[in-house]
Amino acid sequence: MAVYPPKQAKEPPLLERGPIAWVRHNLLSSPFNIIFTLLGIAILYMIIPPFVKWAILDAHFVGNSKADCAGGGACWIFIRAKLNMFLYGFYPHDQLWRPKVVIGTILALGAFAKFVPGLHRLKLALIVLYPVFAFILLHGGLFGLPLVETAKWGGLLLTLVIATVGIVLSFPIGILLALGRQSKLPIIKSLSVFYIEFVRGVPLITVLFMASVVLPLFFPEGVNFDKLARALIGITLFEAAYVAENIRSGFQAIPKGQYEAADALGLGYWQKMALVILPQAIKVTIPNLVGTFISLFKDTSLVMIIGLFDLLSMVTVTANDRDWLGMDTEGYVFAAFIFWIFTFSMSMYSKRLEKKLNTDKGK
Amino acid sequence: MMKKLLKLSAIATLATATLATAGTLDDVKKAGVLKCGVNTGLPGFSEADSKGQWRGLDVDYCRALAAVVLGDASKVKYVPLNAKERFTALQSGEIDVLSRNTTDTETRDTSLGINFTGVMYYDGQGFMVPKALGVKSAKELDGATVCIQAGTTTELNLADYFRANGMKFKAITFDTNDQVTKAFVSGRCDVLTTDASGLYATRTKLANPDKYVVLPEIISKEPLAPAVRHGDDQWFDIAKWTRNALLTAEEKGLTMANVDDAKAKSTDPETRRLLGVEGDMCKNVGLDKECFYRAIKQVGNYGEIFERNVGVNTPLKIERGLNALWTKGGLQYSPPFR
Repeated sequence: MAVYPPKQAKEPPLLERGPIAWVRHNLLSSPFNIIFTLLGIAILYMIIPPFVKWAILDAHFVGNSKADCAGGGACWIFIRAKLNMFLYGFYPHDQLWRPKVVIGTILALGAFAKFVPGLHRLKLALIVLYPVFAFILLHGGLFGLPLVETAKWGGLLLTLVIATVGIVLSFPIGILLALGRQSKLPIIKSLSVFYIEFVRGVPLITVLFMASVVLPLFFPEGVNFDKLARALIGITLFEAAYVAENIRSGFQAIPKGQYEAADALGLGYWQKMALVILPQAIKVTIPNLVGTFISLFKDTSLVMIIGLFDLLSMVTVTANDRDWLGMDTEGYVFAAFIFWIFTFSMSMYSKRLEKKLNTDKGK
Repeated sequence: MMKKLLKLSAIATLATATLATAGTLDDVKKAGVLKCGVNTGLPGFSEADSKGQWRGLDVDYCRALAAVVLGDASKVKYVPLNAKERFTALQSGEIDVLSRNTTDTETRDTSLGINFTGVMYYDGQGFMVPKALGVKSAKELDGATVCIQAGTTTELNLADYFRANGMKFKAITFDTNDQVTKAFVSGRCDVLTTDASGLYATRTKLANPDKYVVLPEIISKEPLAPAVRHGDDQWFDIAKWTRNALLTAEEKGLTMANVDDAKAKSTDPETRRLLGVEGDMCKNVGLDKECFYRAIKQVGNYGEIFERNVGVNTPLKIERGLNALWTKGGLQYSPPFR
């Protein structure tokens, strides 16, 4: 009996494999694509070499004053000189250990939650206690800590405070609003719909402006609500409407069978929602939710118009120092870089979360 | 809706304005700190240094006022405000004094429930040109291309000035100050115009500041003055005479360094009254005799404040010009201490 050993398959021709093929298929597959490729290269060529030249080759890294930045190129000395301003704003410089401890603690807590298994009760308690701890430490006025008014919080610290509080608080409110909108009780339903549609019809900047400029006029003189608190409430209530709509879209993606199955099991309304519907709905909406939170993170810089100094507004403040005039570009590039780090980590995290929660592995 | 809101806010403004007649002085003394509204960032006038400390000409006025009222120039809480919030902040009592490069105008003085105390800096619209152009006066600018920021009074002043002098110009407008500067540097226009103090700040941002020159003509009046709430005359008097004390101190040659000496030895009657050696200058407004002495001792006279923040030895390099004392050809003038 003749034996036919399986033949080694021939390798594809040289032009159909490796980087050459990739270039041919992706960049040069048609005259149109060739044109676009050339255009793309031209644009990159126009942007990247000058930027690298400015940001690295011609840049100044050593020195202490503007005088050390003579000639072209970026002046990164400015960023170093003003780093504490970018990170903490007007937080008193002899008290900077406080925000540092607050940030260090959250990192430690995160590592603890990730690498120590079990202990769920303790973890939950720590998560609940952390904001109280952070607020007391940052604000002071207790336990012999000097008071640091919220007006002095600034820079990246303020950006993070606003974003975190906004995200953490708007999430549960958003869930309630979404449930309200799905509700069969007419008053709850119409109130939720009215609230969501009203808030979504108003720009965030208007909400902040009203909270900061118009609201004080209605209070008697001397009664001054904390400006940061006003901004936080405004942003939280604003974001909640968007979160609600995201979650509602998740509800709509849940097949009717799930509701019916939960009913058939004899679960009550809250059990049904908390154990069956919400976990699935939230899972579906993770990309949307993270999108909303990323835009919230970036929207925090709108607090500039009500005189709070987030990371972006600190650029304006620091670049107006008479000893460092004309450093706006360096400041903005730095701020953009920091914003990018945070938003990029957020979207990376959401990707990981999606994978982790993906239960229909077969598909 | 908008109309109703406006009405509401107008009513609220009136309400706060009448409420505000109560003693600001007592409030400040009780709080132990002066709440001062400043600019969020204007080089030389109100700016934060690398440690987050506020400094500048507007800031120093608040420090002087705090020295007068509280005896300590450092007892100031700075409230950085943008242009839109500034008057509300004053009306609502969020701040005690507004020292934020604010132009004193009739409408503001009469309709916003505020009072301007006295000019701290005479600003006005000016022109900057490249030295290479060889222009010495704004009168030689016929036919020039001018870079301006859109939507400001600058635009109107410019048109008025050129028309009044029978000259022609071509305006190129931009949205932000940075764009205006970039266009000017790249040669899209011959002339850059904005308030003179802004021109000097812009010049220091340029790569070669020495290649540009600010022309001597000032074509508009922008007297920048601190403001207090309408209706509290005692507080207004204190704010007004603090500024006057700084001017008189310069006129009499009193500085941070020599004021103690002068207090002990001076025979000049007005100096003695100003420093509280004789007479009772501060008593009528409810303060002790040495109130102005403290401001001079801790913050310095007007000239020192000017030179320290915006003068020729600072990056801004602003000449005294209109802000010189009346005895030296300027406009800064204080009524006598008598």
